[in-house]
Amino acid sequence: MRRSREKKPAYEKKIPLKPKERMAINRHMPIEKNPECRVQNFTEVSDGFNVELASQEALRCLECNDPVCTQGCPVNVDIRSFIGMIYQKDYQGAINKIRESNYLPAICGRVCPQESLCEQVCLVGKRNEPLAIGKLERFVADFERNNGGISVPEKQPPKNQKVAVIGSGPGGLTAAADLAVRGYDVTIFEALHEAGGVLKFGIPEFRLPKHIVDAEIDRIKALGVEIQTNVLIGKTITIDELYDEMGFLAVYIGTGAGSPRFMNIPGENLSEVYSASEVLTRVNLMKSYKFPEYDTPIKMGKRIAIIGGGDVAMDAARTSKRFNPERTMLLYRRSREEMPARAEEIHHAEEEGIDFRFLTNPIAILGDEDGHVTRIECQKMELGPPDENGRQRPIPVPDSNFIIEADTVIMAIGQNPNPIIQQTTPGLETTKWGTITVNEDGETSRKGIFAGGDISRGGATVIQAVADGKLAAASIDSYLETLRN
Amino acid sequence: MHLIHHKKQLSPNISLFEIDAPLIAKKHQAGNFVILRINEFGERIPLTIVDSNKENGRITLIVQSIGKTTEMMKNLETGDFIKDLVGPLGEATPITNYGTVVCVGGGVGTAVIYPLAKALKDAGNKVISITGAQNAAAVILEDEMHSCSDELILTTDDGSTGKKGFVTHALSELLKSEIKPDYVFTTGPLGMMKAVSELTKSWKIPTMASLNPIMMDGTGMCGACRVTVGNELKFACVDGPEFDAHAIDFDELITRNGNYKKIEKKAVKNGVSKVTCKTGVPA
Repeated sequence: MRRSREKKPAYEKKIPLKPKERMAINRHMPIEKNPECRVQNFTEVSDGFNVELASQEALRCLECNDPVCTQGCPVNVDIRSFIGMIYQKDYQGAINKIRESNYLPAICGRVCPQESLCEQVCLVGKRNEPLAIGKLERFVADFERNNGGISVPEKQPPKNQKVAVIGSGPGGLTAAADLAVRGYDVTIFEALHEAGGVLKFGIPEFRLPKHIVDAEIDRIKALGVEIQTNVLIGKTITIDELYDEMGFLAVYIGTGAGSPRFMNIPGENLSEVYSASEVLTRVNLMKSYKFPEYDTPIKMGKRIAIIGGGDVAMDAARTSKRFNPERTMLLYRRSREEMPARAEEIHHAEEEGIDFRFLTNPIAILGDEDGHVTRIECQKMELGPPDENGRQRPIPVPDSNFIIEADTVIMAIGQNPNPIIQQTTPGLETTKWGTITVNEDGETSRKGIFAGGDISRGGATVIQAVADGKLAAASIDSYLETLRN
Repeated sequence: MHLIHHKKQLSPNISLFEIDAPLIAKKHQAGNFVILRINEFGERIPLTIVDSNKENGRITLIVQSIGKTTEMMKNLETGDFIKDLVGPLGEATPITNYGTVVCVGGGVGTAVIYPLAKALKDAGNKVISITGAQNAAAVILEDEMHSCSDELILTTDDGSTGKKGFVTHALSELLKSEIKPDYVFTTGPLGMMKAVSELTKSWKIPTMASLNPIMMDGTGMCGACRVTVGNELKFACVDGPEFDAHAIDFDELITRNGNYKKIEKKAVKNGVSKVTCKTGVPA
C-alpha cells in the first residue's frame, strides 16, 4: 500500500513515436557560420536551432520514465517536460519549465558542458548521439527573447529582509533572482562597471553575445533586484559594514576565481606576455576589438602562442585568431584526450585553424634586447602514470628542448580566487588554495555569510555556480526564517 | 555618475578635479587610487586619490593630459559628470612616525607624493619634500607641499623657478649634508624613481616607490600590472601600488609600460591617443 501511494504518476508521453523510431533519428546539427568567415569577426558562431530543427530534434527524446538527464543536471532542470513542450510547439511553456530550475537558460544553453552532464547520461546516447539538450534549451530561450515574451515569475510576499549578493556572475545573478522570488530585498554589488561577471569579461562575444547576458540581467532586475556597479566589496564597503551600517541580514559571496596564474618561468614578464584574463577583459568587456571606436587598445602579434588546455585557453586562442595573425598556436603539456576544455570548444578551435601543439611544455620565454617576445623554449613531454585525478601525468623527455617562434604569449593556465574579500572579512575561513570554506549548505565559517561558485570551488563551471547560487538562496531563506521567528 | 564639483587648471596640461564620491572619500587612505572611465566608450584608467573630504564626500584627482582619456578630461568642466569611478583601490601607505622622511615627487608625481607627505606630517615626521617640474609653469601644488613640509626643495629642469636641475640632484646634495633621513618616498616617472632608488640604495636608506604600471580592472584580475619585487611576482593594483624601491625591477617595468607606445603613436596619428598609467606620468 505504502509503495503504491509513494509512486509518482506515470509521465504522459507527448511524442507519438516508438522508442526505436526515436533512436533511429540522427542528432541534428545547429546552423553554424563558416569558420573562414567567422574568424574575421566577433559575431556568434552558432545560430542554434530554428523551429524546424528544434521540432525534429525533440522527436529524439525517449521521454524516459526515470529521466536520468535531470539527475545529470546540476540544477535538475525538468528536461523531459520541456522537450515534450517543444514537440507540442508550446515554447513559452518550455522556457517557463526551464526557468523553474534555472534563471539563465539562454546563457547555460550556450556555455554549459552538456556533453559531460545531462547529455552524457542521456539514454539515446547508448545507441546514437545523445539528444542535443543544450541546443534545445538555447532554442526556447532565444525564441522567447526574439518574440518579445518576457515572463517574470510570481514573487512571494515581501519579507522586508535585506540580502547582499557580492558579484554579478552566474552564481550571484541566480542567488539574487531566487531570493527576490522568495520575497527578499536583494542588492547585488559588482566591482566592474557592468554586471555579468565572467559572462561579460571572460566568455567571448562569438560564444555568448553580450546582449543576451544583458537580457537575462534585465529579467533579474525586473524581479526587483538592485545592481550597484563600481562597488568593490572589501574596499569600497566591507562585509561588516553591510551588516552593521546598511542593515543587510545575510550575504552571498560569488566573487569567482579571477586572479590569473603565471608559470613562474623566465621571460614571463616580457611585454607581450599576457594573462588570458587580460586579453579577454580587453576584448570582451572593454571592446578593444572595436578600437578606436572604443578607447581600449589591444596589441596582438603575428605569431601568437596560448599556453593551456581549458575553456579559457580555447577562448583566448579563438579571440586572438580574430585579430588576423599569421598563426595561432595552442601549447598543451598533455595530449588532446586530457584537455579539460569542452569538446565543442576544441572542435570550434580546430575548425578555426588553431594550431594545437600537444605534449609541449614551455620552460622559458625569450625576447630581444628591447624586451619583446621572439621565441619560446619548450620541452617535449610524454605521458606517465595517472595522477590523483586519473589524468596521465606529463613527464619531460630528456634533451628534447626545442624553440617555437612567437611574438605574443597568452597564459591560460588557470585562475586563483580573488583574495580581497578574504583579506578584509575577519573570521572568514579559507583553504590553503585561498578559496572560502563552506559547509554543505553553502554557509561559510561566519553565520549568515554564504559563498559558492569558483570562490569556494577554485575553478568550476557556469552551471556549477548557478547550482551553488540556488543552494545558497535556499539556505539563506531558511536562515532568515529563523531570524523572523 | 559622479558630479565634478570643481575643476581647476593647475598648469597648461595638468587639471585638478573635485568629484562627488562619498563612499570612496569615506574610505580613502594615503596611497589609494581609483579607476575611472569617463564615458561608455572609455578605457579604465587608474588615478591616485590626491585628497578626500569625508564631510562633503568629495575626492580630489589631478590629471596630466597626455592621452585621449586625459585630454578629454581636460575638456570636462565643473558641473560635468564622470561615468564610472571605483575605489579606493590598492593598499594604503604604511604611515607611522619614521623620524625624518624625504618625499620626492617628479612632474605630476607631485600629486601622488602630496597625500603621502601630508599623512607623514600628520603622523609626526619631519618632512623634507623635493618636487620637480620642467619649468615654472608646470609647477603644481607648491602651497600644499609647503603646508605639509618642514622644508620644500623645488627644482625645475630649466631653472625658471627653484633650483635648476633634477630632483635626484637635490636629493644627492641633501644626503651629502648632515641630514640623515630614516625613510624616502618617491613618486613620478619610472626613470626618475629608478634613479632615486639607486641613490638611496647606496646610502642604505629604506625607500618606497609608488608604481604606475598598465592596469585595467584594478582588482587583481588582469595581471597587466604585474611587477617583479625581490624576485616575487606582485600585482601593483592589489599588492601595491607602493613597494620597496630597492627590490623593484624597474627595467622590466619600464619595458612593460612601453608596450602600447606604438599603438598610442598610431592612435595619436588617427586623432586618438592613449594613456593607461596611474598618474598620467609617461613611462
